[in-house]
Amino acid sequence: MSAVVDHLLDPESWSGPGGLVNRLVEHVGISALALLLAVVVAVPVGLWLGHLGRGGFVALNIGGFGRAVPTFALLVVFVLLPAPFGANLQSFVLALALFTVPPLLTNTWTGVREADRAAVDAGRGLGMSGWQLLRRVELPLATPLMMSGLRLAAVQVVATTTVIGLVGGGSLGRIINQGFVSQDQAQVVVGAVLVALLALATELGLGVVERRAARRSSGRTRSQEPEEVDDEQGRRPDEAGAGTSARGAAQASR
Amino acid sequence: MQVAASPVLHSGSVADNCLVRNEWLCPLYVTTRSDQILAALQEHVTILLVTLVVSVVVALPLGVLAHRTAWMRSLVLGASTVVYTIPSLAMFSLLLPVVGFDASTVVVALVLYSLTVLVRGLVAGLDAVPTAAVDAATGMGYGRWRLLREVELPLALPTAFASLRIAAVSTVALTTIGFLFDSGGLGNLIYSGLTSNFRAEVLIPSIMCVVLALLVDAVLVLLRRQLTPWRRGAAA
Repeated sequence: MSAVVDHLLDPESWSGPGGLVNRLVEHVGISALALLLAVVVAVPVGLWLGHLGRGGFVALNIGGFGRAVPTFALLVVFVLLPAPFGANLQSFVLALALFTVPPLLTNTWTGVREADRAAVDAGRGLGMSGWQLLRRVELPLATPLMMSGLRLAAVQVVATTTVIGLVGGGSLGRIINQGFVSQDQAQVVVGAVLVALLALATELGLGVVERRAARRSSGRTRSQEPEEVDDEQGRRPDEAGAGTSARGAAQASR
Repeated sequence: MQVAASPVLHSGSVADNCLVRNEWLCPLYVTTRSDQILAALQEHVTILLVTLVVSVVVALPLGVLAHRTAWMRSLVLGASTVVYTIPSLAMFSLLLPVVGFDASTVVVALVLYSLTVLVRGLVAGLDAVPTAAVDAATGMGYGRWRLLREVELPLALPTAFASLRIAAVSTVALTTIGFLFDSGGLGNLIYSGLTSNFRAEVLIPSIMCVVLALLVDAVLVLLRRQLTPWRRGAAA
């Protein structure tokens, strides 16, 4: 334990390209890039497939299949692939993004499919196009589940980024790996504690965002009570056209 | 452990084959190193079985207690969220000073992960048991123990089994990281392939990992069908 404290108090452990600060920045940066790539791919695909009601088998089972693939194994395969792959940033980000897609795709697809059918039918009855229906009705209703998918994906990517430290990449995993190589238990523990704290902070931080999204959405759901639909029928088209996106969505989804 | 010589270096001196060309899917890799591969596979399966047996044995009382007592529920579910969030590599590393540098560290880490999944599944399954069934059994004079064994656990089984499948598949994949302790089963081969740039030794054990996970999953589905005959014909 005292060795761990010594390691933490040593300024050498923190500075330089292999220091804790730099590895932490690498970790967060690579995780963010991979998460961004996965969001850009998975969310539009999930929204569109969910809107069409297609691809359910893939959307619901991709997570199970993803779980069966060891992250370490896929990363090693990418490292041994010929250029432009190898032990470089694009390999790591691409491999990490592949593991990040499943929770995003599954939750986006499910969110859209589970959007209140009455709201969707009402939107269709108003003459909304498929695109308008997706953007103004299904997307806002799917947001809470999508945010929960984002949290799962972010925690997953932070965990998986650690593994690139075992295959020649940076990140806090590199600190752990070097500790193993030089049989320095204190260094292993310091790296591990930082990784664990980063993952827990991600979980907690996005948990707050998720609850906020859920609260906003439940406010909307209350205004979807069937008896209100008749009361406000006449007003809806004007407001749906004029409101801000969130307000407009709330109106349209009634 | 036997380390594969880097095949590329010998390309001038030996016959041309898939090992020499360092091909990803080289059948010669399997035939020339079958002993090594089988030993790694055996280690992988052993770690999986030990992990699952220990996890189930520990998860059962924890799940039942968490279902029945409010403070146990918040304690167990809170702890499981924290444990589940800690990345596997960090978990292996944190256990290193506590458990030591051997296969037991790998098993302890994997058990902790499986537990988080299993206990949650069991609690969810027990929570979903219809009150009518519990009331009927109580009315028939079932004691707490008999109620648990003959009514609650069987009805919780499908949900609990879903979590067992997740735990088993994750365990197969996570075991590979055990190479750090020279106890990663097929992961040992993958790491050896990485350090010697031996593609077949990376890809073939990787594929074996995925196939093993899917196979275990299928076996558990069959087992659940055997254990819940009343659900036959219902949707999976």
